Amino acid sequence: MSKYYLFQDIRKCIGCHACEIQCKSNKNLPLGPKPCQVIQVGPKFIGGLPKISFIFMPCFHCENPWCVSACPTGAMQKRSKDGIVFVNKDLCVGCKTCVSACPWGAPQWNPDTGKVEKCDYCMDRVDQGLKPACVTTCTTGCLKFGNVEEMTQIRRERHAASVASLEKSSF
Amino acid sequence: MNKDVFSLCFMCSVRCPIKVTVKDGHVDWIEGNKHVAGIDGSLCPRGSAGKSMLYDDQRVQSPLIRVGERGSGNWRKASWDEAIDYVATRLAEVIDKNGGHSVALCERAQLATHVSKTFLKAIKSPNHFTHDSLCKGSVNTACRSLFGYTDGQIGINYGNTKHIVLYGRNIFESIALKEVNSLMEAMEKGAKLTYIDPRVNVTASKAHRYWMIRPGTDLALNYALMHVILKERLYDAGFVSKWVHGLNELQDFVEVYTPEWAQGETGIAAEEIISLAREVSKDKPSVIFHFGYRGANHINEIYMRRSMLILNALMGSVEAKGGIFFKKGPGEVGGKPARTLTSQEFPKIEVPRCDKAGTKDFPLPDPSHGVAQILPYAILNEDPYPMKALIAYRLDPLMSIADTNQTKRALDKLDLIVTIDINYSDIAWYSDVILPESTYLERTDCIQQMNGLKPQMFLRKKAVEPRYDTMDGAMILKKIGEKLGIGNYFPYESMEELVEWQLEGTGFTMKDFEKKGFVAYGSDQIFWDRENLPFKTPSGKIEFKSSLLENAGFESFPKYEAIPLPKDGKFRLVVGRSAIHTHVSTQNVPYLNELESENILWINTAQANKLGIKNNAIVEVSSSVGKGQIKAFVTDLIHPEAVFMLHGQGHEATRAKRSFNKGLSDALIQENIYDKVGGSPAYHDTFVTVKPL
Repeated sequence: MSKYYLFQDIRKCIGCHACEIQCKSNKNLPLGPKPCQVIQVGPKFIGGLPKISFIFMPCFHCENPWCVSACPTGAMQKRSKDGIVFVNKDLCVGCKTCVSACPWGAPQWNPDTGKVEKCDYCMDRVDQGLKPACVTTCTTGCLKFGNVEEMTQIRRERHAASVASLEKSSF
Repeated sequence: MNKDVFSLCFMCSVRCPIKVTVKDGHVDWIEGNKHVAGIDGSLCPRGSAGKSMLYDDQRVQSPLIRVGERGSGNWRKASWDEAIDYVATRLAEVIDKNGGHSVALCERAQLATHVSKTFLKAIKSPNHFTHDSLCKGSVNTACRSLFGYTDGQIGINYGNTKHIVLYGRNIFESIALKEVNSLMEAMEKGAKLTYIDPRVNVTASKAHRYWMIRPGTDLALNYALMHVILKERLYDAGFVSKWVHGLNELQDFVEVYTPEWAQGETGIAAEEIISLAREVSKDKPSVIFHFGYRGANHINEIYMRRSMLILNALMGSVEAKGGIFFKKGPGEVGGKPARTLTSQEFPKIEVPRCDKAGTKDFPLPDPSHGVAQILPYAILNEDPYPMKALIAYRLDPLMSIADTNQTKRALDKLDLIVTIDINYSDIAWYSDVILPESTYLERTDCIQQMNGLKPQMFLRKKAVEPRYDTMDGAMILKKIGEKLGIGNYFPYESMEELVEWQLEGTGFTMKDFEKKGFVAYGSDQIFWDRENLPFKTPSGKIEFKSSLLENAGFESFPKYEAIPLPKDGKFRLVVGRSAIHTHVSTQNVPYLNELESENILWINTAQANKLGIKNNAIVEVSSSVGKGQIKAFVTDLIHPEAVFMLHGQGHEATRAKRSFNKGLSDALIQENIYDKVGGSPAYHDTFVTVKPL
């Protein structure tokens, strides 16, 4: 697992797909490949209210990435300093083994180059101290990027705020 | 070399502030302007596709003059000199023979609208039409009838609200960034969202309360809410007694409109209606009954919009934190707004508007926007006089005005149609000349005067040179004007000069915008003193009993009449938007088209079963004026009386290859009917038959 974590605050996500577009725009990709994608599940009525899940799927940057093990040319790599999984285009021969290997469908096909594209957390941006493209301009700010520890803290603080009831507390 | 340019987006009409990073003369990156609260770097899907639009080679790349039949798509390339000369010569002929008033210009109001208005004033035509009339004419009239201010002068303080009620206002799929983020922030702090719509959408999925109301009955619901609020004295008595004119009349009027009665009309349980009235009143005055953005659904639209505004007044949420407020201009803090070209002296115009807005025949719609859906009737009937030429500036009458076939018949009577646009829109395709405008990333534009709680000015600044042979809209009109002998009304040689001219006397220069992309006249939010509210109505109060309406011969409280219901297996056609596209203008943008290339027809499962319609099957939708084919989406998420489709699909311009012939255009099916008091089209009052194929 990379040292980073990309957190999607589902309460704030409105499934607008701006993340997908900004990702493609930043990488100047043609029609087809989507290194990250929001898949909508629902709406479905739950307790009388319509609910939708917007599932955000970039690459998960696994600890033991199937795609890296499968890649015959060494194009698919895991960066040693932070665990980001990325593809070195110069070495990619377009054999699609990584596409078959990844359980999550993360590696994408670029029909113009005949090579694979994938989410690399915009490591060129990360190296400049910036956030990935999808996170930087997320419409509602529901995507957050950082070290795993910081992201779990957001969840805890959020949960604490929702269960706390200062007005009604008798203490 | 890299440079950052602060500017304004224009992928939709909201104009969110952006920062554009330019690398070696190309746009490399666009993000929201971090200096603007509520934007904080964010960018919506349309804004994120700015580069995709800019580098699309299916835009109009040079001036074009038609060589074949109208709409045949046979064009020849022309130089700017030739195209301008051609347009000016043809316009001069029309003006000489029929007068300047026989020329109409329709546009989506934009930063250079004062330039197009100037053009028409100089040729003595009153016939300027904005898209606003098609979108929210009746909202404008409703606001004036109650407060004396237009809807454009009223804002909504989302960030501090405690409860917001939205009637089909699909806020999370229309996406104005500041609006979305301010409401999100309020909801994080515990604000409640009530959403009312015959169709489930993203906004419904974020709501604390959702009602699948019977389409067209929101007014009945609101009268019942008023009934409960007045009966149980849930209103802000202090505010209402000081500021409302006509409370007793309202009380008498809504007496009969009980929640039980409304249940029969709307399908919403009486006790639910009562419980909303009680719940909302606990949060007053930080309560919003959203009066709508698009407000163009039914023939009684103005009364629907008035009812929403009246509910705000009853809650005291007028000029209140977390309620609605009046936008403050620079004058509030001793500042001066940017000048506009329309402040010049013009020759007197002797004739009424061709849509008769502002005359005794059609007294209430705002003449400064016009009533665009009347234009086809005015042309066809030559009433009040013959119309001969149309300049369509970013507004596509074929896809925006209901009944495309009728609009085409009207256009066929014109001697000249000129389109100024960046795209091969359907109206461009049907024109005699296309004058391609530079995109928002390729042009400096006129000043955006942003009135609000804090008056500000924003600037759209050219980030890169035009990629194709295109020109700024304000320069195009100036050049035509020069050939027509009215060049003196356009005292500038470049957009930069025009902006500097606008800024004279404001105390600001273009340089002041470089640091943050905007300038502010003051730093504090301005709320007026609620003891001294300057309502611009004759009574100086909020006029439930409206002199505007009554002086024009209309009632303030007309007896509720249920709007006609679909019968004989027909459905009410309801339309809307998604987060991916803007009106009729972005369907061919590569990245947006990739996400959403065609629309589908939502139809209730039980109804579809009766008709033998399967999910994803192609169906034929027909009305009294048109028909077409579209894929069915069979779902429980829509009211059985309605079918729904997204607006903006079904393009006819073949050079826009991605969007050509994809999906079905709602305007082809909709009848051109409208609210004869307020002015909005009644886009949701067409009944359609749906047949499996």
